[in-house]
Amino acid sequence: MHLIKRLLFLSFALLLMPVPALGASKEKLVIGITQFPSTFHPNIDAMAAKSYIHAMVARPFTTHDKNWNLVCLLCTQLPTIENGMAKPEKTPEGKDGIAVTYAIHPKATWGDGVPVSTKDVLFTWRVGRHEKSGIGNIELYRSLYKIDVLSDKSFTLHFDKLTFDYNGINDFNLLPAHIDEANFSDPETYKNKTAYDTDPLNKGLFFGPYLITDIASGSHVILKPNPTWYGPPPKFDQIVVRAIGNTAALEANLLSGGIDMIAGELGLTIDQAISFEKRHRDKYNVIFKPGLIYEHIDLNLENPLLADVRVRRALVHAIDRETISERLFDGRQPVAHTSVNPLDWVFADDVPKYEFSPDKANALLDEAGWNTRKRGIRHNAQGEKLTFEIMTTAGNRTRELVQQILQSQWKSVGIEITIKNEPARVFFGQTMTERRYSGLGMYAWMSSPENVPRTTLHSNHIPTTANNFTGQNYTAFKNAEMDALLERIETELDKTKRLEMWRRIQHIYAEELPVIPLYFRASAFVLPKGLTGVEPTGHQYSTTLWIENWDYQK
Amino acid sequence: MIQFVLSRLAQSTVVLLIMSFTIYGLMGLMPGDPIDLMITSDPKITTEDAARLRELYGLNAPLTDRYWHWLTNALKGDFGFSRMFSRPVFDVIWPALGNTLQLLGLSFLLALVIAIPLGIIAAVKPYSKLDYAINLFVFAGISVPPFWLALLLITLFSVIFGILPAGGTAEAAGVAGVWESAKYLILPVASLTIASIGGHTRYMRASMIETLGNDFIRTARAKGLSWYQVITGHALRNALIPVVTVVALDFGYLFSGALVTETIFAYPGMGKLIFDAIMGNDYNLALITLLLATALTLFGNFAADIAYTWLDPRLSFRKTRR
Repeated sequence: MHLIKRLLFLSFALLLMPVPALGASKEKLVIGITQFPSTFHPNIDAMAAKSYIHAMVARPFTTHDKNWNLVCLLCTQLPTIENGMAKPEKTPEGKDGIAVTYAIHPKATWGDGVPVSTKDVLFTWRVGRHEKSGIGNIELYRSLYKIDVLSDKSFTLHFDKLTFDYNGINDFNLLPAHIDEANFSDPETYKNKTAYDTDPLNKGLFFGPYLITDIASGSHVILKPNPTWYGPPPKFDQIVVRAIGNTAALEANLLSGGIDMIAGELGLTIDQAISFEKRHRDKYNVIFKPGLIYEHIDLNLENPLLADVRVRRALVHAIDRETISERLFDGRQPVAHTSVNPLDWVFADDVPKYEFSPDKANALLDEAGWNTRKRGIRHNAQGEKLTFEIMTTAGNRTRELVQQILQSQWKSVGIEITIKNEPARVFFGQTMTERRYSGLGMYAWMSSPENVPRTTLHSNHIPTTANNFTGQNYTAFKNAEMDALLERIETELDKTKRLEMWRRIQHIYAEELPVIPLYFRASAFVLPKGLTGVEPTGHQYSTTLWIENWDYQK
Repeated sequence: MIQFVLSRLAQSTVVLLIMSFTIYGLMGLMPGDPIDLMITSDPKITTEDAARLRELYGLNAPLTDRYWHWLTNALKGDFGFSRMFSRPVFDVIWPALGNTLQLLGLSFLLALVIAIPLGIIAAVKPYSKLDYAINLFVFAGISVPPFWLALLLITLFSVIFGILPAGGTAEAAGVAGVWESAKYLILPVASLTIASIGGHTRYMRASMIETLGNDFIRTARAKGLSWYQVITGHALRNALIPVVTVVALDFGYLFSGALVTETIFAYPGMGKLIFDAIMGNDYNLALITLLLATALTLFGNFAADIAYTWLDPRLSFRKTRR
């Protein structure tokens, strides 16, 4: 009986033994993110959590660095027309194309010791361009019509178009031919048979600084250094990526030592991060990095009231975006004046900027004929009321808060705004994509450096019943000059000329205002003091692409 | 008895068939499809690619055709692949189901072990100070929102005292892994137990008060039996009948998970899996997980019917002439 009591006591004591406060150490770094990847295949399904982890176990040939410059990661030298590694040519059909030569890093080796070679390049291309392999975006592979193998480590890609981003193959994620080729014997079933899902711990699937050594589905992924990695050795002996969907719980996990840092790519909301920084700046560094997520309000230009550019300009003059950014986001999310981020080299600083000026808004509305006020709301000579409906994703606290402030500011110049929010699923699945919104739609676009806004601004991309609602020009913006610029800019190789075209695109955008630009969202990286080398990029490519530079100094 | 079992099996099959069509139909009625969701996360996907993917995943066929295709395959034992996880649906479900059974099974048992005695104690001396104290605890458990209770427990035991992990699952394997796993389970189990003790205690209390008012209880007391003998020997079995009904209804919930608790404690169980499957329009996964929960609720009710005959021998499966 005594023995049983002792055993029970011992079990209880063991159970309640304090959890060691982890705190980043050279041995282990635990990263908290809000999502768990559903698949580990690098080219099936785009998912931020997967990209975050995949960047630690493999490398793309090229990517954009923290300064938004295109750089080589798996290749040895960035091919350009100037250095002769890229040569414009004609395709067999007589179209303008280009041949681009890359060399794979000589020491690049899969985790099982098999060298990374051109066999893998050819296999990846075959999978990518096959219509039934399950790859979502195959534009890159479709445009790549031929590959010449020059050696085991070098090859030439032949593209059937000549665009300014000819040497960027950021999304060409290599697949191991020696492991996955057998699974591709029946391309239609490949997506269900790939080793990335059936045998994800296989070392031969990865060639980055780390290898995946354990996966607890929905909970965490454990990574350990890859002995075959060709770059500088990573500093941490173990990385654990923990998925915690609730951001309040994510914060609690950080404070309790369950995780060491919160990734900015999939972490706290901006308001949580601001509040966290105020309370815990002695223990943690919080880095706010404004990026390419562009919050804005689409204006339905087929609404007769919004068809008048004076009304659109009045809408912008009536709102105080600077104060909203300052008060709600502590100034961490800069006000946007066009869809192009100021960090992008093509940003035009001289675009028209609409300052907060209720006087100007009132004058514009008067001029547009909305000069009779009844119970504070403007009416025109026909007795029509100046009223709009604003929609956004229900449950997004930040957007709902911004929406209420805007409603009150617009009311002060005589514009009535009705709020009608919908679940994200309905809002994006139907309301925006089928242009069922009547007035204003607030949401965000994600883009990439120097991303040509063809799908959102070209008149060919207006979703209609006739084209089965394809395209993303939800405002129904039509401008002949804009269309011409969008068609020419992709093939303009001269940077000076392209810069001028970008400037014009941004000017038309700001003058015509099919959209009210709000702000660029910032990501918040919460890092323990002493963790160095984490350099937020501001674009979609993860900080973990440079994880070998991360270090911990007490 | 055999006739009863066969009849219940037939009824359950019909219910499952209707449920499968209803779930499939409701998912089909939701705006957008999996490809729309893919486009949201990768705006570079072109119109042609979207059409190609819809054909690849069979999403361009009418809903009824897709359902029929699924049903005929399911009847052959092929439940298909999860679109999101690219794995057979049961390969995705088993680990989550195991986790959920651990979490909810423990909290379910713990809640019953605590709630039944509490309900009895409260019923034996109704409107006493003890009854009021129990009721206070019970109503607090019912009223506190689960997410708030979970965050409160994390703040207390993980952040302030630092004695228990705030969420997730254990990394270690083997014997060390068992201890570590146990530590990871304490807070979510406590959170769910506190939330469900209230309901069960109230049912037990009400049912026991009603039973204790019966003539046969007075007779038993008059015979000189102690309260303990009266309750364990006479009252408890009668009082348990309505409680069994409630417990049986909760049985399906054991397998469908607790979304809020799982999300806050980052626990990879069925609740989160079902939610993700529905939001990700993963038809095969959502269907099977929901049908599994339905089947187990039906099974729970069936087990309750059997339990009634043990608790009350007057109930019989034999048909009687009235």
